[in-house]
Amino acid sequence: MSAHPAPATGAATVGLDVAAIRRDFPVLHQSINGKPLVYLDNAASSQRPRAVIDTIARYYEHDHANVHRGVHTLSQRATDAYEGAREVVRRFINARDTKEVIFVRGTTEAVNLVAQSFARPRLGAGDEILISALEHHANIVPWQMVCEQTGAQLRVIPISRSGEVDFAAFEQLIGPRTRLLALAHVSNALGTIVPVEKFIAVARRHGVPVLLDGAQAIPHSKVDVRALDCDFYCFSGHKMLGPSGIGILYGRQQLLEAMPPWQGGGDMILTVSFEKTTYNQLPWKFEAGTPHISGAIGLAAAIQYLEAVGMERIAAYEGQLLDHATQRLAQIPGLRLIGTAPHKAAVASFVMDNIHPHDIGTILDTEGVAIRTGHHCAMPVMDFFQVPATARASFAFYNTFEEVDRLVAALEHTRQVLG
Amino acid sequence: MDLKDLYRDVIVDHNRNPRNFGKLVPADAHADGHNPLCGDRLSLYVNLDGERIREVKFDGSGCAISVASASLLTEAVKGKTREEVHALFENMHQLLTQQDPEVELGKLGKLAALSGVREFPARVKCASLCWHTLNAALERQTEAHTDVQSKAVSTE
Repeated sequence: MSAHPAPATGAATVGLDVAAIRRDFPVLHQSINGKPLVYLDNAASSQRPRAVIDTIARYYEHDHANVHRGVHTLSQRATDAYEGAREVVRRFINARDTKEVIFVRGTTEAVNLVAQSFARPRLGAGDEILISALEHHANIVPWQMVCEQTGAQLRVIPISRSGEVDFAAFEQLIGPRTRLLALAHVSNALGTIVPVEKFIAVARRHGVPVLLDGAQAIPHSKVDVRALDCDFYCFSGHKMLGPSGIGILYGRQQLLEAMPPWQGGGDMILTVSFEKTTYNQLPWKFEAGTPHISGAIGLAAAIQYLEAVGMERIAAYEGQLLDHATQRLAQIPGLRLIGTAPHKAAVASFVMDNIHPHDIGTILDTEGVAIRTGHHCAMPVMDFFQVPATARASFAFYNTFEEVDRLVAALEHTRQVLG
Repeated sequence: MDLKDLYRDVIVDHNRNPRNFGKLVPADAHADGHNPLCGDRLSLYVNLDGERIREVKFDGSGCAISVASASLLTEAVKGKTREEVHALFENMHQLLTQQDPEVELGKLGKLAALSGVREFPARVKCASLCWHTLNAALERQTEAHTDVQSKAVSTE
């Protein structure tokens, strides 16, 4: 039996009016292969509410010009909206100053920026960078590249069979050679919520700076970078109802001030001559070229939407959805959940006996159910669990208990077709 | 898009009970194929009598489409010459990728069961992986004396 009775209206005990929320998301109201769409691929990319779509349209229809450049009215409006978006982000993550909020393309670019501008000048042969075994490729490959460039070593904190980062092993691995700890806040492939506060406290004692990959955490819970006491926090707009191609690097001001620019070009300079160029101040030092203006403005609209719903309520409701999904999935014969940590975001990764995840994905699609199948850009995680791939259903607060049941029914159908 | 077009009975059967599954050691020709998108991995082993395929086996793991396609391939190419296999490869390529393939389905026998795959563009690479791998094995065997470095075939 299900953990929570599925209420007919889709309303939940935490007081989220999911039916009303769903009306805000135009894309959800369509049929795929003749069946109402059930979108459960939110960890790959979320959908956008009308407020975000309209904000972007309004910007292009009324206010667009280049930022930080013109004295004319439109340029001023665009600049105000762009810098206003930065303030919205600052408040959302509780950074001290907008100087600490850098607009980038996404989490991947944020990590690469830190790898090249912060880590690279500080690294030499024998130095170590510490990551965990559940990282996304975006929090592995940039460090491998900088290790290749500097002769530093990448060290990996192992994970347990349930998908938790091994804290005891971490305490053994961190040491005088460690120059940086780079950790996922939430695992995209497994859903594990990493208790990063514990890891950061230890890193502080060792004087090791900490970068958090927050791509999967920030859409689902309140993130306070000052309370976390991390040095860098990276996330993407498109996983939190915002546009793709925009993301945020939060960095402690003192560290960002000391870092050289990553890319050169317009907007990141104060003066340029062929003899000597002086760089702009934060945050623009790290924003060479015309930025993704509409992306930043759309991201701010997404944040305002999330805040209006309430991050605590979102986290509570998604927790209920996950409990319901976990209970229902466990009843399917031959289904095995990959990632069973006690504290998880609303991600259910699984495999089924004798049915390849790719086939599951295709059959579910014919039932209108969209999930991700594959390695989830976390091939080392697949190797650890000795599976070539998993099927992954990932939930957002606009999903309903009925949709979880549609997923389960579609998986039963999959078993009938191929089991 | 009808699921029954993709997972026809022949395909479900060959997925559950793949034919000619296993290794040939030693083999006259051998190649590994990999589809990074879904993690499918296949190895093909071929023994030849001159120009003619005497024996063919495959192993590895993959989705139902890639396993069934490889199983059907082994049945289809056994006893055929390189030239005949090449013609079959071209026909399969058409069948899987073109909306109105100029292929006589009758000539393809059981392989025709894979014609539904073209309605599922994300799955075409699953069905074609084994064919690319066989091609690589035969080409490599031709160049055997030049000591071509063994490299996995990738659908990417």
